[in-house]
Amino acid sequence: MSEHALLRVDGLTVGFSTEQGPVRVVEDVSFELKAGHTLGLVGESGCGKSVTAQTIMRLLPSPPSRIDAGRILFDGKDLAAATQREMQKIRGDRIGMVFQEPMTSLNPTLRIGEQIAEPLMLHRGLRRAEADEQVIGVLKQVGIGNAERRLLQYPHELSGGLRQRVMIAMAIICKPKLLIADEPTTALDVTIQAQIMELLKALQKELGLAVLLITHDLGMVAEMCETIAVMYAGRIVETGRTVDVFANPHHPYTYGLLTSSPRRARKGERLPSIPGLVPPPGARGQGCSFAARCPNVLERCRVDAPPLIALGKDAAACWNPVP
Amino acid sequence: MTPLLEARGLSKFFPARDGKGLVRAVNDVSLSLAEGETLGIVGESGCGKSTLARMLMRLIEPSGGKVLFQGEDLLSLSRAAMRQKRRDIQIVFQDPYASLDPRMNIAQIIAEPLDIHGIGSTAERAAKVKDLIALVGLDPASATRYPHEFSGGQRQRIGIARAIALEPRLVVLDEPVSALDVSIQSQILNLLDDLKLRLRLSYVFISHDLSVVQHVSDRVAVMYLGRIVEEGPADAVLGAPKHPYTQALISAIPEIDPTRRKTHVLLPGDPPNPEDVPPGCAFNPRCLIAQDICRRDEPPLRSSGASRARCHFVDEA
Repeated sequence: MSEHALLRVDGLTVGFSTEQGPVRVVEDVSFELKAGHTLGLVGESGCGKSVTAQTIMRLLPSPPSRIDAGRILFDGKDLAAATQREMQKIRGDRIGMVFQEPMTSLNPTLRIGEQIAEPLMLHRGLRRAEADEQVIGVLKQVGIGNAERRLLQYPHELSGGLRQRVMIAMAIICKPKLLIADEPTTALDVTIQAQIMELLKALQKELGLAVLLITHDLGMVAEMCETIAVMYAGRIVETGRTVDVFANPHHPYTYGLLTSSPRRARKGERLPSIPGLVPPPGARGQGCSFAARCPNVLERCRVDAPPLIALGKDAAACWNPVP
Repeated sequence: MTPLLEARGLSKFFPARDGKGLVRAVNDVSLSLAEGETLGIVGESGCGKSTLARMLMRLIEPSGGKVLFQGEDLLSLSRAAMRQKRRDIQIVFQDPYASLDPRMNIAQIIAEPLDIHGIGSTAERAAKVKDLIALVGLDPASATRYPHEFSGGQRQRIGIARAIALEPRLVVLDEPVSALDVSIQSQILNLLDDLKLRLRLSYVFISHDLSVVQHVSDRVAVMYLGRIVEEGPADAVLGAPKHPYTQALISAIPEIDPTRRKTHVLLPGDPPNPEDVPPGCAFNPRCLIAQDICRRDEPPLRSSGASRARCHFVDEA
């Protein structure tokens, strides 16, 4: 059972129609996540990580977005082919979601208690009053003290950290198998980030959740995720066990990201940096999208996009990898 | 030697929203910056770091205290004299999207301070703008393009070029890399480092990101609820923090090495509302070692080793 993938994304390709014509944002992305495991999908802005997550949940309006190819197998069912009605039954029930900005994801006109109860009413057919006991239970589970009083408050009365805890409570109240967390701590202060990260780690263990973490923060992946997939310009460029990828990154982009962090650099020394800019979708050209910034670039890289190739203990999409 | 910049007992109080009481956004802050140094100011949202930065260059008028620049009291200057003084003190903001005029092209944006201060002939200004564009690593062909055509990192280069156009002595950097991706962050940090050496600048570097502050700063001041709670040489403050809050901030940084299991010191609760600062040490409700005295008396900044920390138990923490 544990070997069976809970989520398998296979060749996912997502495009958007724009005034300038169709643009590919996610290109041939594949990964799998086993029940109870954790995967970090990392990359910088515009790499396609959030589009990938939102496509898995089918949250992107279509048009303009479109799944051009690929499958999203969740517990054996292809979400890429699911109707919105089917998706509504899955979202918030078997897949919980947490987003970066709790203030924009919570309804400002509804009390906290109502919002947390909503998934239970929607998916379990409970009446509001019947849900209370579970709502109070889940608030305690996410570390919100004084639960009875909090139920009656509105989102604006809560701090950013508490709002994120409320989001997490809503996400787990139906006991999902999969939690998709998209930059869950990015909008929070440092000390609150640490609280939320510890909470997610604890819940993951306690509930046996599979977690797909979308983040730009390599430190968070290092602490939370067993496996990592690094995205660049719409593609996964490297993937493997987190310990292996961090110990020996093979893709020059992963290597650059890891070494350019001031956390690793010595004080006063120049930071190793990746020159240039991420090419926007539509200007990625043929060949490897990283070629223009890559210190290891070969002639072949400019014409021929490399597939993911097994290298040492992980896999990287590179013709001239870091040894 | 006279410090380049000195703040003495600097405060900014705003009336509270309820009309009663005061919000002490910055409360009795003293610090100094030597020529050629970088002073890092760290703290979480609402700690007063940005208000402090703006007071240092009198973009916000302090409620009390002094700002001395090269020994001269900035608060005693007339508006006209202060405007002249701003040639020497410039600021770079976090959000390059919001701080560049979208209707001006890059050359105009960078030339604006030169125009305002009437520096050089038209030809000299044009040459200077060209030099600045090259100096911050932008493509010379970009001079006639507009801010929206640039990425975040490039826009930050434009903001930096504009800030250094008047050859200031001091640049206040308010979260200059916080809006940028990691690979771009390091480019900008390196650029700031190069410029500092070439132009003999001094920096006040404001950030919530301790790893960035650690990398760039000679000295560091940690703020909490309008107060400096710890201050000293960067290596001392970040390497051997004395204040429990500084310790928790450092501990909160995720460990980038997955083979090392890190236990975070988790502070309970949220930073309190600046309108309602607890009595005694403002940090006491979240402090893991707070005693009765901490709830009663506000500790002064005490020396400990090379740093100073505002804690009753500074040598025991």
